[in-house]
Amino acid sequence: MAENGIGASVPRTEDHRFLTGTGSYTDDSNLPHQTYAAFVRSTHAHATVALDTSAAAAAPGVVAVLTGTDLAGDQVGSLICGWVVTGKDGEPHKAPPHPALAADTVRHVGDAMAIVVAESARAARDAAELVKVDYTPLPAVVSMRDALAEGAPQIHAEAPGNLCYDWEIGDRAATDEAFGRARHVARLDLVNNRLIPNAMEPRAAIGDYNPATGDYTLRLTSQNPHIHRLVLAAFVQIAPEHKLHVIAPDVGGGFGSKIFIYQEETAVLWAAGKIGRPVKWTADRSESFVADAHGRDHETHVELALDEGGRFLGLRVETRANMGAYLSTFASCVPSYLYGTLLQGQYTTEAIYCEVKAVFTNTTPVDALRGAGRPEATYLIERIVDQAAHDMGIDPAELRRRNFIPADAFPYPTKVALEYDSGNYGLALDRALELADYNGFAARRAESEAKGRLRGIGLSAYIEACGIAPSQVVGSLGAGVGLWESGGIRFNPTGNVLVYTGSHSHGQGHETTFAQLVSDYLGVPFENIEVVHGDTEKTPFGMGTYGSRSLAVGGSALVKAMDKIIAKGRKIAAFSLEASEEDIEFSGGDFKVAGTDRSMNIAEVAFSAYVPHNYPLDELEPGLEETGFYDPANFTFPAGTHVCEVEVDPETGTTEIVHWVAVDDFGNVINPMIVEGQVHGGVAHGVGQALLEGCAYDADGQLVTGSFMDYTMPRADDLPDLTVETTCTPCPHNPLGVKGCGEAGAIAAPAAVMNAITHALGTGAIDMPATPQAVWRALNQ
Amino acid sequence: MDITGEYRIPLPREAVFAALNDPDVLGRCIPGCEALEQVDEDEYSADVVAKIGPVKARFQATITVSNLNPPESYTLSGEGRGGAAGFASGSADVSLETVDEDTVLRYTASIRPGGKIAQVGSRLMGGTARKLGAEFFSRFVEVVTPAPLSDERGPAGQEE
Repeated sequence: MAENGIGASVPRTEDHRFLTGTGSYTDDSNLPHQTYAAFVRSTHAHATVALDTSAAAAAPGVVAVLTGTDLAGDQVGSLICGWVVTGKDGEPHKAPPHPALAADTVRHVGDAMAIVVAESARAARDAAELVKVDYTPLPAVVSMRDALAEGAPQIHAEAPGNLCYDWEIGDRAATDEAFGRARHVARLDLVNNRLIPNAMEPRAAIGDYNPATGDYTLRLTSQNPHIHRLVLAAFVQIAPEHKLHVIAPDVGGGFGSKIFIYQEETAVLWAAGKIGRPVKWTADRSESFVADAHGRDHETHVELALDEGGRFLGLRVETRANMGAYLSTFASCVPSYLYGTLLQGQYTTEAIYCEVKAVFTNTTPVDALRGAGRPEATYLIERIVDQAAHDMGIDPAELRRRNFIPADAFPYPTKVALEYDSGNYGLALDRALELADYNGFAARRAESEAKGRLRGIGLSAYIEACGIAPSQVVGSLGAGVGLWESGGIRFNPTGNVLVYTGSHSHGQGHETTFAQLVSDYLGVPFENIEVVHGDTEKTPFGMGTYGSRSLAVGGSALVKAMDKIIAKGRKIAAFSLEASEEDIEFSGGDFKVAGTDRSMNIAEVAFSAYVPHNYPLDELEPGLEETGFYDPANFTFPAGTHVCEVEVDPETGTTEIVHWVAVDDFGNVINPMIVEGQVHGGVAHGVGQALLEGCAYDADGQLVTGSFMDYTMPRADDLPDLTVETTCTPCPHNPLGVKGCGEAGAIAAPAAVMNAITHALGTGAIDMPATPQAVWRALNQ
Repeated sequence: MDITGEYRIPLPREAVFAALNDPDVLGRCIPGCEALEQVDEDEYSADVVAKIGPVKARFQATITVSNLNPPESYTLSGEGRGGAAGFASGSADVSLETVDEDTVLRYTASIRPGGKIAQVGSRLMGGTARKLGAEFFSRFVEVVTPAPLSDERGPAGQEE
């Protein structure tokens, strides 16, 4: 293994600038003649509105006050949902208009109605408060149950009954038949709590318009600058793609929330064109709470049918999924194709049927959040498996083992449309149990009981579909885009390398991992490699980062580009070394004539490529730069087992996580330290969901957990030291054999925590977040 | 959100009731009140600056008095609009009881906050309402009580 090659725990090169405050985030940019924007947002969940902007427009420093009426007047297009889900009735989902500024009706607290542009951020905010909004409140629907009730207030004329879609997957008849044969049926009603993403860096955008060329530039916090450009050009139609330059510089965390094309960046870009000056907006934390797409928010009834030996015969799932007030960019696919398709879990369940109603409510839109659909699937599977184990008196680890898809059964076609490519679930479970000292639990429980504490241990044997995604598959399911990725390799004449990726790093460490990959593959010193991402004018068109896809799809695209580089290098070396191309071998950065000591380093090849003084130009093209596009043949399927051990104080309901074991199969690993860091972050995210984070609205649709006073994020002292290991069944269909690791922790953790708590309490009647109050109530009611 | 409270006022019930329906007294006693006007027999409008947690705003309030049953009880309802800070609407049932020489005022209020007040101030509403209530009644007693011949409390007063 090379010092900085594949498999080395290379310290992250990007961390120096992040940790020394020298990163360059959107808000760090300031353009000449820049103005500042503030948004006027609805304080009501549902109302018709009339705006009087005269006082604001006359306020000191104000450049412009633009409203939804102005936006409509300029025929700026609606925000879109990029994935059309087809319901049981064969009809496409309902995607009502979502203007960047609401003109006459607001549908959630925080819905933007006007943008105030001024010479300073303070002047913009002050003037925004002067916009007089005359609200005529309309009845709001907040809970999904109320939204679906007969006679409920209607949020969109286009979506009767507030129903976005009623979707199904699996085989209902086969599942009914399986339940008919069951010896036992386990049942649970579960809520997957609504989460607010809270990336450390709030969203920000700077729109710029150059009247000389007609070019627009948008700098913003995006996980996928090309998708932003595509949507703003092709659908919102502010400028055509070749006239719109999108830059996503350093981005301080996304977790999904910066995938989407939102009201604010759209309005900022449009406003910049209207006033002919750059317009900058940076969200404050309060805005982030109401304006960033929320995550999860499912209500589910789940039933698992088992035979007398505890084998899973059938799984039946009925879910209501909250879409919020508008259909966000990828909202529709989260509780359908990223959820229902994962209900096989790690098990050989013989029949599965799932139906999902996606519901509009007068709340902030809900979309993908770290894991996106897959945490919801894992949560219900792993909770119902534990419930069944409890009901039938079978050890939860043993029950899982009995039902695992065997290691020799891959590729394994699931009952819910996927084909698992590789895995060894028993191996991960066994190792996790060993690291968790599962067999010694009874003694530890006795010790806890002696102190008056309750102790529980919980398993979560999760699976996810990552490496998103094979374009042919997602296209057939309604996705409006392909989900391939691009990668480019440019050698400079002096032999160093620029690596271009269409994926985007906002904390994942691409600049290190991709440099390791290229260093290892091309034999270029690690420090001679620069990874370039996040700029539509620098990188080839790419789909961005989400769904744990960057390495599996983006890294594979780089491999394709590097294969082309090597092929070209071989031609150049053959010419320079006066050998035949077939005799040139490439290894460790050297092109060598087989069986001789004649060789050329790839840096020399690059120099030659740019100084082609004697090239036979009809045979050999100068330059050494190649681009690769990779479309995966299948999803990847990271899987593993997490074990959580908790101690609960029955007097206060406080839960302490005392031990955590994660054994994950991510396939091959490029940088083990980065992978472990991603697992740590994911577990923290999942623990936050399980114990702390609960977004709440009151009956009027007011967000009452709208600040860190009321919405609790996980902190370091909420977590124990984590024991993290990996197993490896390489992904068989991408050239790197990698599966992806960014979401695994967030997918695995909630079920592990909750199974540990229900084990400690002896009752399954508890939902997330398991706050001290919730735990105390479960114990005492 | 429901809030209840109770204050003992060292004045006879009739005097308390009358003063509670006197716009001049209310204007002087409502904390942060910048203007108060009786726009109808049973309706007032007011401009009040209030601070709820980190949110400070000027509210334009309309208050309606109903269920008048002098001197025992009445109901206040209304709403305040604080612009970008949000709004609050609600109602309060107020009852007065004579206990010894004093009047005990009890209220049960229901408040529905909206916008930023709800977002960052919900958990502070109860405490803020109680604090404002206490301020109101402490001024109310001062304003309504006939001026004494000499200040028996001394120069420092009785401040909390």
